[in-house]
Amino acid sequence: MLEIKNLYKTFNPNTVNEKRALSDLNLHLAPGDFVTVIGGNGAGKSTMLNAISGVWKPDYGTIRINGVDVTNLPAFKRASLLCRVFQDPMKGTAPDMEIAENLAIAARRGTRRSLKWGCTRANREEYRALLAQLDLGLEDRLSTKVGLLSGGQRQAVTLVMATLKNPKLLLLDEHTAALDPKTAAKVLQITNKLVTENALTTMMVTHNMHDAIAYGNRLIMMSEGRIVVDVSGEEKKSLTIDQLLKLFEAGSGSAFVDDKEMLSR
Amino acid sequence: MGFLNALPGAVAQGLIWGIMAMGLYISYKILNIADLTVDGSICTGACVCATLLLNGCNVFLALLLAFLAGALTGLVTGLFHTLLGIPAILSGILTQLSLWSLNLKILGKANVSISSRSTTVLLTSLDNTNAILVAGVFCVLIVVGLFLFFYTEIGLSVKSTGDNPDMSEAQGVNVKFNTVLGLAISNGLVGLSGALLAQYQGFADINMGRGAIVIGLAAIIIGLSVSRKIKPNFVVSLIGVIGGSITYYLVYTFVIYLGLDTDLLKMLSALVVALFLALPHLKSEYFTKPKLPPELAAREENMGGKKDA
Ligand SMILES: Nc1ncnc2c1ncn2[C@@H]1O[C@H](COP(=O)(O)OP(=O)(O)O)[C@@H](O)[C@H]1O
Ligand SMILES: [Mg+2]
Repeated sequence: MLEIKNLYKTFNPNTVNEKRALSDLNLHLAPGDFVTVIGGNGAGKSTMLNAISGVWKPDYGTIRINGVDVTNLPAFKRASLLCRVFQDPMKGTAPDMEIAENLAIAARRGTRRSLKWGCTRANREEYRALLAQLDLGLEDRLSTKVGLLSGGQRQAVTLVMATLKNPKLLLLDEHTAALDPKTAAKVLQITNKLVTENALTTMMVTHNMHDAIAYGNRLIMMSEGRIVVDVSGEEKKSLTIDQLLKLFEAGSGSAFVDDKEMLSR
Repeated sequence: MGFLNALPGAVAQGLIWGIMAMGLYISYKILNIADLTVDGSICTGACVCATLLLNGCNVFLALLLAFLAGALTGLVTGLFHTLLGIPAILSGILTQLSLWSLNLKILGKANVSISSRSTTVLLTSLDNTNAILVAGVFCVLIVVGLFLFFYTEIGLSVKSTGDNPDMSEAQGVNVKFNTVLGLAISNGLVGLSGALLAQYQGFADINMGRGAIVIGLAAIIIGLSVSRKIKPNFVVSLIGVIGGSITYYLVYTFVIYLGLDTDLLKMLSALVVALFLALPHLKSEYFTKPKLPPELAAREENMGGKKDA
């Protein structure tokens, strides 16, 4: 489903701020894989997702999604293949537009937009049903401007938007990190439901090792722009945090340090 | 009763400038871009229309071409911005400057008069009732047109482009294309407004667009401050903008009637707009009172703390 080969990216090359953020990154995801991604601050997790979604072109290497070489495709042309949810709840929705209008924008992802009605009554009924699954009462607020919602509600709407068209690949970048623990748990539960019900190939970056072990069928750890741990199947199911830290040390040659993660334990 | 006599003229001009303000609304409010092209494109519309009319062109065709000429100027600004990566404000300034030369070339000289006696015009300041009617019909048609457009798939995606470009891009919206499209429609309307203005006042002048953006902004600010209170939807906002433009011209006429030096008017308009733009900032910075937490407020009320207030 996703195939990353020999990917390199260096920021600010030939300056004092030169930073190699991706260094010979290789990754292969099978269809339906739900991968959790952990790694210290600056390990290159977001950079990897940026590369996949086409924020910029990598220095070297190729990215294929569903067999299509997307390495040189601009971001908006990849939208039919993948969708992404950011940490910041403000990023995924248009605040000055209604919930239904936001969903309508997402519903036309990957199709050519025309002069047809942008959000029909039938669309609204469809969105109402989708929102009802969230159990947040949003189905009765279709005409509410998204800017009036709380962070958790916005993130939930963003998730519905992201999964609406069954993307080939769903990328979640610490999408619960800005929420309070209770809301975060709820959004994570919604995530798990949407991902497993639709069998979406998913990469979820998280700072919480418990979540990383509890969710998904595969876990990868990153360090210095490459993948140093990759466990799946039965091995992942029975994984403990201590084992994970040992694996990390073996793979990266140094102990795992990450402030945010330590706090969340 | 000089002021009362001047009222119909103020309304007519307000309606014509209302079209311009609706155009500006698209760039300023929907796309979130302060587009300075408008100072040039309003004049381009006037010059194109005047030149065509003097050459015997049909008046409706002249208006259509003025709209397209305006749209073209928006296209240029949009391409400067999206293709060449020039900041939006500068892109507008660059187009505006080049338009000054271009407008002069279109017009042939600095000032051309179109007499309503020798050319067929749709509206003239000599007949304000008719002018109000004609400009009013244009306003209604444009409001309806914009309403329909901005609820289509493309229209909604133009809205989201201005509201959250990152999200739009992630949802497969061609943000660059939409920005150019929005600027083209915006300046098309501005050009159309210039064409109607030239007919109304009976001449086109290469200086006539100077400061247009300030008038447009004033109309938007006045209009939205009222329409927001009624219902913050798209159509009400557009009607508010037209109302704001009319209000602007009524005040303008009144100030002239009071005998104010007309040379100072542009400065006054700028100051008023500056004040209104600064208002939200001033409010939050200097005039926000410390707010009592609800439980404390309730306690105070119970203790009768509000009685003598
Ligand atoms: N746009 C950018 N410009 C410069 N440096 C960047 C940029 N994006 C990321 N980096 C750097 O690349 C490294 C990896 O960052 P990132 O992928 O965001 O880490 P994380 O794993 O915490 O998400 C960091 O050192 C970061 O400072
Ligand atoms: Mg990150």
